[in-house]
Amino acid sequence: MSSLKKLTQKRLFLPVFSMILVMLINVVYDVACGNAPFTFFTITIKNGVLYGRLIDILNRGTEAAILAIGMTLVVSSSAGTDISVGSVMSLYGGMCCMLLAGYGNTNVSNYAVPLIVGIGAGLLTACVCGLFNGFLVAYMNIQPMVATLILWSAGRAIGLLLCNSQIVYVRVPSFQKIGAYVGFMPTPIIIAAICILIASLVLKFTALGTYIQSVGINKKASRIAGFNSAKIILLCYVICGLCAGLAGMVATSRIYSADTNNIGLNMELDAILAVALGGNSLGGGKFNLAGSLIGAYTIQAIDTTLLALGVSTAQSPVFKAIVVILIVVIQSEPAKDFFKKLGKKRAMAKGATQA
Amino acid sequence: MLEAGVVLKMQGICMTFPGVKALDQACLTLRKGEIRALMGENGAGKSTLIKCLTGVNKFEAGEIYLEGFDGPIVNKDTMDAQNKGIATVYQEVNLCPNLSVAENLYIGREPLTKLGTVNRKAMNKQAEDLMRELELDVDVTRNLEDYSLALQQMIAIARAVDMDSKVLILDEPTSSLDDREVEKLFVMMRRLKEKGVGIIFVTHFLEQVYAVCDAITVLRNGQLVGEYDIADLPRVKLVAAMMGKDFDDLASIKKEGSGDKRKEPMVIEAKGLSHAGTIKPFDLDIHKGEVIGLTGLLGSGRSELARVIYGADRNQTGTLKVNGKEVKIKNPIDAMNLGMGLLPDDRKAEGIIGDLSVRENIILALQAKAGIMKRIPMAKQIEIADKYIEMLQIKTASRETLIKQLSGGNQQKVILARWLATDPDFLILDEPTRGIDIGTKTEIQKLVLKLADEGKSLIFISSEIEEMLRTCNRMAVLRDGAKVGEIEEADMNQMSVMKAIAGGDSNE
Amino acid sequence: MKKKINSNSLLLLITVVLFIVMYAGGCIIYSAKGFTHLQTFLNILINNAGLICIASGMTCVMLTGGIDISVGSLVAMDCMILAVGIEQWGWSSPMLMLFVLVIGLVFGLVQGFCIAYLDIQPFIVTMAGMFFARGMTAVICRNQVSIVSDKIFTTLSSLKITIPFGGYMNKKGVMQMPYLRVTVIVALIVVVLIYLMLKYTKFGRSIYAIGGNQQSATLMGLNVKKTKLKVYVLASFLTSIGGICYCLNTMAGTTQQALGLEMDAISSAVIGGTLLTGGVGNVFGSLVGVLINGTISALVKTNGKLISSWSNIITAILLCFFIILQSVFAKIKDSKK
Repeated sequence: MSSLKKLTQKRLFLPVFSMILVMLINVVYDVACGNAPFTFFTITIKNGVLYGRLIDILNRGTEAAILAIGMTLVVSSSAGTDISVGSVMSLYGGMCCMLLAGYGNTNVSNYAVPLIVGIGAGLLTACVCGLFNGFLVAYMNIQPMVATLILWSAGRAIGLLLCNSQIVYVRVPSFQKIGAYVGFMPTPIIIAAICILIASLVLKFTALGTYIQSVGINKKASRIAGFNSAKIILLCYVICGLCAGLAGMVATSRIYSADTNNIGLNMELDAILAVALGGNSLGGGKFNLAGSLIGAYTIQAIDTTLLALGVSTAQSPVFKAIVVILIVVIQSEPAKDFFKKLGKKRAMAKGATQA
Repeated sequence: MLEAGVVLKMQGICMTFPGVKALDQACLTLRKGEIRALMGENGAGKSTLIKCLTGVNKFEAGEIYLEGFDGPIVNKDTMDAQNKGIATVYQEVNLCPNLSVAENLYIGREPLTKLGTVNRKAMNKQAEDLMRELELDVDVTRNLEDYSLALQQMIAIARAVDMDSKVLILDEPTSSLDDREVEKLFVMMRRLKEKGVGIIFVTHFLEQVYAVCDAITVLRNGQLVGEYDIADLPRVKLVAAMMGKDFDDLASIKKEGSGDKRKEPMVIEAKGLSHAGTIKPFDLDIHKGEVIGLTGLLGSGRSELARVIYGADRNQTGTLKVNGKEVKIKNPIDAMNLGMGLLPDDRKAEGIIGDLSVRENIILALQAKAGIMKRIPMAKQIEIADKYIEMLQIKTASRETLIKQLSGGNQQKVILARWLATDPDFLILDEPTRGIDIGTKTEIQKLVLKLADEGKSLIFISSEIEEMLRTCNRMAVLRDGAKVGEIEEADMNQMSVMKAIAGGDSNE
Repeated sequence: MKKKINSNSLLLLITVVLFIVMYAGGCIIYSAKGFTHLQTFLNILINNAGLICIASGMTCVMLTGGIDISVGSLVAMDCMILAVGIEQWGWSSPMLMLFVLVIGLVFGLVQGFCIAYLDIQPFIVTMAGMFFARGMTAVICRNQVSIVSDKIFTTLSSLKITIPFGGYMNKKGVMQMPYLRVTVIVALIVVVLIYLMLKYTKFGRSIYAIGGNQQSATLMGLNVKKTKLKVYVLASFLTSIGGICYCLNTMAGTTQQALGLEMDAISSAVIGGTLLTGGVGNVFGSLVGVLINGTISALVKTNGKLISSWSNIITAILLCFFIILQSVFAKIKDSKK
């Protein structure tokens, strides 16, 4: 009993547990369908590229994983979430493709400007979005979600404007490569790996993590100890914007087009869910990046599994919304009190039967 | 049962917070038509006692008797207390600024029309009558936020008395009012007194106590020191009672004279520094190796003075010189880069980062000075943490234990370690010994002397005079948000300090 | 004593002036395109009847200092239920409308419970609600369903209530009398009722008190939790009424319907002078807010060359402007103290 309790109190318990749960469901499903029980885990090489459900999850989960990095920092430092990330992804797509194709063109096979300019401008736009959000939150003292609500709506609209309300296709192999394969490896997996690597290196070799957590836990005390809280929060939002841009880069290249209405749709939910599922409190403070990342891939695994079970991507938010609510309800103070009381009652009942 | 004329009696109230005995057999008696001051220093248990009365805190032992009730009463919550006739007005105005005065007076018990809707006409009429009765010049249809804080406070009181209260608790209602506004409040308090309401008045302004109160109850360390008539307790005796000294028995505790440090170079030179609403302009100079004590009652501006020097509150007037050079401090980090450090008095709100480990809390300030790009290597962090855990004998399971799991005294040592790790030239210690055990207190006092010996300058703030006598070279005295004088080492003894704190005609 | 203009009434004044300037500007620039006709104004009301109901509910929620971003998705779900109910389940339309209203109540009850009694941030709860409802819309039906077969519904939808003045001659020389729709009447009734509720009932005043200072409201003996719960139930209920109005306009259910409607409702309330921190604002302000939003899209539409996302962008810019204005006013107020 006590060892079970210890296990559930481990920081990575929630994400790892849900990951294993999803995998088990897959195994059961495979067996029920008459497949080999470990189809889920098999990785093969087909047509010269890696193939398998696990690879698919790693590949498709790239956007959520990159977003989760930024969202984790934002949640930790400001006790609020950035709901504009999906729109910023879409805005990246609009900006990048508009530049690469030239304004007004909808279908090109040559770059109008070098690839690096398009990507650079897109990422810069995303950073500016983060700066805007961060300014409103850190310096104007507006609740994070209200502040990011503005770009949540306007980001996509500006993207549409840049593309003249059309879907802009950029049919150039080097552009598609970002969303396709390098050798036998899906490029998004490599990009995700690089992002995760950079994030962990930054957290390891700079004091960013300490700064953010300290500000998130106790703003006043952090100020007395010499931190500039507003700057730290601003920085977190800029990083989150950049992450949204990178996720947008992958999403755009996958479909080699700026489908502004659909790129990054509902991704804010995935990112927030990843943070919550990673065992981080949405009330800010301590964070655990590894948890968020496992959370992000777990969500993708849920998506893939749901898809396999015949639930469309448009329908899956129902399940995710329920999971989010369950997690925050369990985290909430009244619920904690309730469980404590329940535990006491049980212990008392146990004591009574033993006596 | 209650004696005649007594409206409220609290007896033998005990209450413990985890690890601390907040109230130990505390008592309070309130007569009809009496204004009774409830006095005590920080941690004396004033607010805890009030909260036990109003049902916010649950007390473990003791009885509360209220006129009109046969047996002892226990209030479930503030509403329950209010229904029994115990109304409270807090330091912050607990009304809704966006509603009209009339609504603030009657919300929750509005007069209704036949349809069951709010009868605004009747409500405004009632409100006007009430205001006229209390001689307040207020347009009841205007929003509360249009009026000064003093009027708002009086409207809050009007709401309380209109509910037929027998007992009115005023919990530091004057802290944000100016003299004229306070006078208006007193007029109202006297009028209520004539109507037979018993008033408990919590304040830390001595002047106000002697201006309006009939009787005084003094608490210290959760225990009753005594209940006095105002005539029997002159200022100095009151201060002595609050500080825990018998007036006739003020032994002269004093350390060996450590010599005048004023030949040493000047480290801090403040001229005319001030912060609106908390501390009036003051001058202060501190020399190398000197320990300056700031003394005064709670709320006298002793913490605020220190905070302005450190930049925790930004100064609006005046200049500050550090080591002879004029500097501008916008943020604490500027002060830190000039070699300062501040151990704040509110450990929980401004000191500890609760969810971080002891190690992280210790290296925090050092890390802030190093900057975000230069993370202190883990090996170094561990070395520093271990060094101070050893040096200050911090009792913790490990250096990775969360600081919030430590006892108060050990948390304080961690914060102290945080500043020592930055090797400051000038350290401000605001109530470093509050709420911690005797042993640790002595250790901290010794540490202060040791630091001074090493040539560091310190500001030492404490409610306990003995402590300051042992450690300080010089004391600055504060009263009602202003620095009113300094006491030289040669003149420092309990008597002189208390007289200085009490001010006024302290010889009566 | 003269009543001085405080910052809150100033905000509302800015809004009203903005609306008049915007509308007058439209009349001057697009007079050739018929912008000056009374019908243009009535069309703004007709097109936004649903939004008016929803914004009224949003105003109540925001007055308590909360927010509800689930409204757009809830409208989509309502429309889908109505469409699928009529076309595929064969329910009668009054029955379905009742059903949709009940769903609104239940939806609000769950959200309100989580917010009021479990103390979870309104944003998180209603965001989950938003995705839940949007997902459910797809679960009910993945395709677009148009309503054609129900008599009551089609009659209600096409019913014109003509106004006996303000007509104009069209190009063929036929007198066109201006008209309203049933939905507008419903919406205006909702606004008036909510206005009276907020001003004259205990519940209404409690809403303001909670927004003004929640802690004070508790200390003054108001039941804060219950009031909050009721507010979220009210908002979802009004959203369902709005959803029915919306459906009477579009006569269809799709998964992509009413995207960003929550944004319109929130910006209407904020532009109409409701403080994000709660406690200040009223439904007539929000009505003006809706009219401003409606005028923006009418102007963009009348222009003809601009793509429709311009109206989203302009709304967002306005919202941003008003939010910053509120924040600055709050800072000034603080510094005065």
